[in-house]
Parts: sequence; structure tokens; C-alpha cells
Amino acid sequence: MTTPQPATTHVRPNYMLIWLYLFVMTIAEVLLAFELPVSQNIKLILLLFLAVWKALLVALYFMHLKFERWRLRLIFIVPLPLAAILITVVIMEKVF
Amino acid sequence: MQTSATTDTMRPPYPAESGAGVYSNKLGMWVFLASDVMFFTALIGSYVILRFGMTEPWAKPGAVLNVPLTGINTFLLICSSVSMVKAYAAIADGKKYFLRKVAGQTLQDGGLKFWLLITIICGAGFVGVQVFEYIKLVGHGFTPTGYREGSVLAEHALADPVKYGAGVAGMYGSTFFTMTGFHGFHVTCGVVSMLYLYFTKVLPEKYSPQDYRGIEVIGLYWHFVDLVWIILFTIVYLI
Repeated sequence: MTTPQPATTHVRPNYMLIWLYLFVMTIAEVLLAFELPVSQNIKLILLLFLAVWKALLVALYFMHLKFERWRLRLIFIVPLPLAAILITVVIMEKVF
Repeated sequence: MQTSATTDTMRPPYPAESGAGVYSNKLGMWVFLASDVMFFTALIGSYVILRFGMTEPWAKPGAVLNVPLTGINTFLLICSSVSMVKAYAAIADGKKYFLRKVAGQTLQDGGLKFWLLITIICGAGFVGVQVFEYIKLVGHGFTPTGYREGSVLAEHALADPVKYGAGVAGMYGSTFFTMTGFHGFHVTCGVVSMLYLYFTKVLPEKYSPQDYRGIEVIGLYWHFVDLVWIILFTIVYLI
């Protein structure tokens, strides 16, 4: 069953600025991995933080999740806790 | 986030499914992407568990893999994501053309035909660089089963087993080629799909500001492929 869709308007993001953010963060990641004299654990946390930040920028602004309805966002969000459960359960099997 | 003043209609004015509030093609793509999240989670999760469950050290970042080359490839994929979203914005604004002169400016204004072509070139470039990387790696002796006997990498691993993760080379090779191979397959499918759209819909100007569902749906897929690579690049090449 289909229903007419209301026309929605919003302010379009500055895509080139997001591209610049992604570019700078990619360079920062490479420098962090090879040049910055910090401990391995801090490096790991910072690299994962940068990767998640970049992925969020792509999902929110390029995939327009920021402007979608919650019902649609849920489709993308629901697998994430399932993924976390999957990894946790397997890790627990390895540990115990 | 800084934004421009331009407004746009985010969804093509097309009948929407009453549940999710979007048209069925888009809903279908989102459901597929949700399943793909689980697929890549299984691959990445297995990699994390195998790597951190091992008592022997994994190869150091950059010891085997060419990080600068892959960094450039990552940049290429990010550029393709931007050009894809520019293609989407162009057709939403009714710009079906390739390039058009703008009075008083040296740079020309790009339309759907221009930005989608840039996306296809960047995507094909990414696949090309990945194939080149695979050829080089296999040539140096890095295969899905580990370091090939008598190869350059096998000799390096004998001389410095910690740096090259000699004890877990088989695991390293199989996880690396599985994850990057499946991602490369996704990129290839995206490039082929975009080429098909380009010749059957974009060049004949079948899309309009009233209906550009194909561009939005392939765009979602393409950005997801970029998103997955952002995660893979960090955990496979940098950590």
C-alpha cells in the first residue's frame, strides 16, 4: 500500500566541507599510526574513534540519515547492537 | 556542521510505503544495507577475535601492506562518495547536463552526467589500485595461506618473526584477503551498476527532479561501501 509522500525541505549540508573533514581525518589517522609517539592502547582508541567519527559523517550527511525519519534510521541502527552481541558472545566463548 | 543556504527536496516526490515513509526501492536498499552490516560485522568480528585471541604477534602495520598506496586509495573512495552526493544534489536541482559555463567564473558548473562519471572513474580507480596491490603482494609472497616459501616476505619473516608476524601469517593472509576481497567485490558491483545506470538512464536523460530514485538508491549503496572501507582501512592497515 502506498501513500502520497509529503515534500520535505531542509538545509543541504556543505558536502565539500565534509569531504575536507574526511580528508584531514584520514591524514591524521595515518600520521597517528606511524608518526605519533604514544602508547599502543591510546593509539588504538584514537584510531577507532577517528574511524567511527568518519563513518558517522558519511552515514549522517552523505547517506542523509540525519534528515530521515526515525522509522528509517531504525533499520540501520537495529543491526548494530546485534553486531555487538555477536562479537561479545564469540569473545566470551574464546575467553571462557 | 556548516551548511550552505541551498534547500532541496530530500525525497523524490514519489508514492511512499506507509511504514517507513519512503518509496519501496529505497526501503529495499536500506534493508539490504542492514543485512550487509551483519555480513561485514561477521567478517570484522572474526578478524578481531582471531587477531586478539592469538598469543603470537600479528604483523606490524606497514610491514607487509603498502599503507601510503592504500591511503591514496582511501582518498579516492572518499572523493567518489563526495562526487556521488554531488550527482544526487545535481539531479535534485534539475541539472541533467555534463558541464555548463557560469558567467563570471572560471570553473564550470557540473551536472548529473559529470558527477556520476567522476564517481565511476574514482570507483574503477579504487578497484584498479586494489588489483595492483594484490598482484604486488602475491608477487612478494603474501598469499591467503601466508608467506609463500622462498619468497621475499618469507625470508624477511625468518629474519624478523615479530615484525612480520611469522607465527600467524596464514591467519593474517586469509583474513586480509577475505575482508578486502569481499569489499572489492562490493565496489566492483557498484561500479558495474553505475555504468549500467549511466548508459541506460543518465545519458538518455531519463531522470528528473521529480523522479531520481535510481540515483538515490545507488548512492546509498555507494556511501555504505565507502563507510565499510573507512572501518576496514583502520583495523586492517593501521592497527
